[in-house]
Amino acid sequence: MSDKKIRVLVAKPGLDGHDRGAKVVARALRDAGMEVIYTGLRQTPEMIAEAALQEDVDVVGLSILSGAHMALAPRILDLLKGNGQTHVKVFLGGIIPDEDLPRLKEMGVTGVYGPGANTEDIINDIRGALAEKA
Amino acid sequence: MTLAASILAGDRLSLARLLTQVENDSPAGRAALMELFPHTGRAHLIGVTGAPGTGKSSLVNQLALHYRKQADKRVAVVAVDPSSPFTGGAVLGDRVRMRDLSGDPNVFIRSMASRGSLGGLAQATAGMVQVFDAAGFDVILIETVGAGQSEVDIARLAHTTLVVEAPGLGDDIQAIKAGILEIADILVINKADRPGVENTEKALKSTLELAHPTQRVFHHHGRYSYATVETPFDAKLWIPPIQKTVSTEGRGIPELVEAIARHAEHLRTSGDWAARERARLEVELEMLIQEALVARFREDVPPQQFRQVVDRMVQRDVSPWEAVQSLLNGRSK
Repeated sequence: MSDKKIRVLVAKPGLDGHDRGAKVVARALRDAGMEVIYTGLRQTPEMIAEAALQEDVDVVGLSILSGAHMALAPRILDLLKGNGQTHVKVFLGGIIPDEDLPRLKEMGVTGVYGPGANTEDIINDIRGALAEKA
Repeated sequence: MTLAASILAGDRLSLARLLTQVENDSPAGRAALMELFPHTGRAHLIGVTGAPGTGKSSLVNQLALHYRKQADKRVAVVAVDPSSPFTGGAVLGDRVRMRDLSGDPNVFIRSMASRGSLGGLAQATAGMVQVFDAAGFDVILIETVGAGQSEVDIARLAHTTLVVEAPGLGDDIQAIKAGILEIADILVINKADRPGVENTEKALKSTLELAHPTQRVFHHHGRYSYATVETPFDAKLWIPPIQKTVSTEGRGIPELVEAIARHAEHLRTSGDWAARERARLEVELEMLIQEALVARFREDVPPQQFRQVVDRMVQRDVSPWEAVQSLLNGRSK
């Protein structure tokens, strides 16, 4: 039986130790029928790109609360491209100031979500972004 | 270049993509498996099973580290976690314990969801293991779903099966029940720094003393599946050793790796390696035949006819067994 599941890597790059948000999102995506690979805290961009490659994911979700998103996001996007994973959609969650949004989108981040974001929206946006690609 | 060819050439992105194709049982995946099959049969397949929370992932992490550092072997890890029976979704969290392995190009970790399989593995696990085998990995560590008592599929797939226990999980009655303990080639008591380790060891030891070593021919769906290469009567029988580990600290790992090597050596000298290899392929063939026959049956029987028969069953017009007969006789007219 051929059945393509959406595979999502949920990762926390950088040094902040708050993974509740990442876990809530991982659980919500699971309940939406997706396969979520959860990698835990304090991942380097290299570790995240390597896991994304080995797991052949469609989506990478990054949770960043440390304020380092303008350094971490572009680095991870570059590494994904370097590995040939240009089709992977990157989503970002955490404390992200509004003024950074245009630059993040320009770099290639597909969606950004702050506190209070609705998990339904995240699920729909992921499905929408992947449908566009197909 | 085909997907299979680029995998033989060592391309990691192609490897990752083929694993997805195999997992989804796509035509491309099947074609590549056919091409790769002649290159398989070289890796040592090591299964790691046991109840949830006994420390399987941490143990796999330590074993992989040891094989990399002490023996320079190329190591693949296939880690299976359960899918939700309701939504089909899954959270695959085994990588959390395997972060020490990242950054090493000779390690490849792949998580997979069980997707409705009940035996502790997913349906596609055997295929994914074949891909890693063909790709030249020397050691393939297969971590099952946290398994309770009867998730024993791993013993049909792996050459060497480790059953991981931890102190405080059950008494000596648990230890004499049929099922998971019987499939152990090596018993591992992980978290051996915890209180109660003596009791666990005692219970497992007495189990081993009660057991009389048996020829390992597997029941498959209630039937024996015979391994035609037989172990000679005078061959030495393997008594599963008990190894104590503390995987968070790496304690007991070198001894465990040694025990695994002794088991591999035993399989080779006793002829069991070939017997298991043959039994494994037989089981796989039988499963594929079942799948193919069911698929053919579904093509032959129109859904409408199927529904009608179900209707008649609901009305108690026909019994389930009569329904089977009428559907099988009614097909390919």
